[in-house]
Amino acid sequence: MGFSQTKDQTGVAVVQVEGQLIVGNRQELKDLVQAALDRGERRLLIDFSRTGYIDSSGLGALVSISKRIREAGGELRLSGLNDDLRSLFELTKLDTLFAIADTPQQALASF
Amino acid sequence: MTAPLRLCVRRSPAPGAEGAATLVTLRLPSDISCIEEAVELVTRHCLAGHQATRTIRFRLQVVLSEALANAILRGNREALDKWVDIRAELLADVIRVHVTDEGPGFDPEAIPEPIRPEQLDEAGGRGLFLIRKLVDAVHFNEQGNSICMVLRRH
Repeated sequence: MGFSQTKDQTGVAVVQVEGQLIVGNRQELKDLVQAALDRGERRLLIDFSRTGYIDSSGLGALVSISKRIREAGGELRLSGLNDDLRSLFELTKLDTLFAIADTPQQALASF
Repeated sequence: MTAPLRLCVRRSPAPGAEGAATLVTLRLPSDISCIEEAVELVTRHCLAGHQATRTIRFRLQVVLSEALANAILRGNREALDKWVDIRAELLADVIRVHVTDEGPGFDPEAIPEPIRPEQLDEAGGRGLFLIRKLVDAVHFNEQGNSICMVLRRH
């Protein structure tokens, strides 16, 4: 369980959520994104291709992250949600709040 | 460093009206760092010997994680001298999971639905809503410190 961060060739900061995004590690993701914003990153992609499950604290962390990025004048995309993960966003209507792409490639192309 | 989690699995001595049940119990401290391991252990035993779809496994993981987070953070307020008990009753068609904390309880009817447009930007308030959406039935005890989540296997 953890997060890995890379930078795509066009300069987008890409964060992979590996394992779960839940109450026990949500702060780590928030801190990681804040550090990226502090470094001047303004285009961020969070990819869930390797994610097991997300709880409501994880969803809440994504809402906070989205707000912070917006306030900093940046853009956030999400990608790689399987049907089960996507259903969490749909049930909570958060699919209307986030820009969600099927694959990281599609997300990167949309910046 | 907390002690390892102790899982107990046993067959019920006498079949009830719904047939023989397997009981899985687990007690964990009020420490959110224990949630992932507890979810993994209980999910594995709830689904053992059954063909579970990926979606059933996913739903069980999410609702267990939610119920444990609620019990630890809101029920026991992370007091390390308080415990959270999981008791899962495994039947042929149904999984019934009880999660009980040592807190004073709460009124589940007083929790507003978090999907109104003006609430979408809020970081919290989606836990119970998600549980209700992902399982087939939810019950609380009178005190409001024990939730029972019922999930059909198919």
